[in-house]
Amino acid sequence: MIGFTIFGSIWLEFVLKVKVLRRYKQAIKAILPVSLIFIVWDAYAISAGHWWFDKEQILGIFGPFGIPLEEYLFFTVVPLAAILTIEAVRTVKKHWQVYK
Amino acid sequence: MTYTQLALSAVVIAVTVDLFVIKTTLLKRKVFWTSYAIIVGFQLLTNWWLTSRNIVMYSPDAIIGIRIASAPIEDLLFGFALVLGVLINWIRLDASNKQR
Repeated sequence: MIGFTIFGSIWLEFVLKVKVLRRYKQAIKAILPVSLIFIVWDAYAISAGHWWFDKEQILGIFGPFGIPLEEYLFFTVVPLAAILTIEAVRTVKKHWQVYK
Repeated sequence: MTYTQLALSAVVIAVTVDLFVIKTTLLKRKVFWTSYAIIVGFQLLTNWWLTSRNIVMYSPDAIIGIRIASAPIEDLLFGFALVLGVLINWIRLDASNKQR
């Protein structure tokens, strides 16, 4: 599913030339602080038993706070796909105003 | 706190930041809602995959029990807050980078 999200959005970089990957520093700055908050939430939710993962269907590699690797990838790939999407919409609809 | 309470809080925080703190006012822009419509479509698809195959499972005690495309409705609030949070940050950085 992470692969699906990557392939579903990455073509926007090349076909619509949204230049998100080329602005990777700006992307990192946009994603990191928000993702960190959600990773703390994820760590809490896992420890409180709000959700859990089928051990047979994940890689079984765990990062800090006992969070599966897939979750860290999720909090990188999903925000990136969101940025690619809004930039694609901005490219297609150039007259739509966004912030200042 | 339950997943329901956390997810609602995350949406309230993201909306407050957008409208009153950073004042990106993405929630008043067609460009945001068009992008979100695209994103939520894909989210429902991936949610359905991850939950119907029991890759991710949820404690009945942490959720209200309403499910959309097999996933708890809380996931949509969670996703909305994540996407809005990242896009607020991206658009804010984009505006300040362009001013320089």
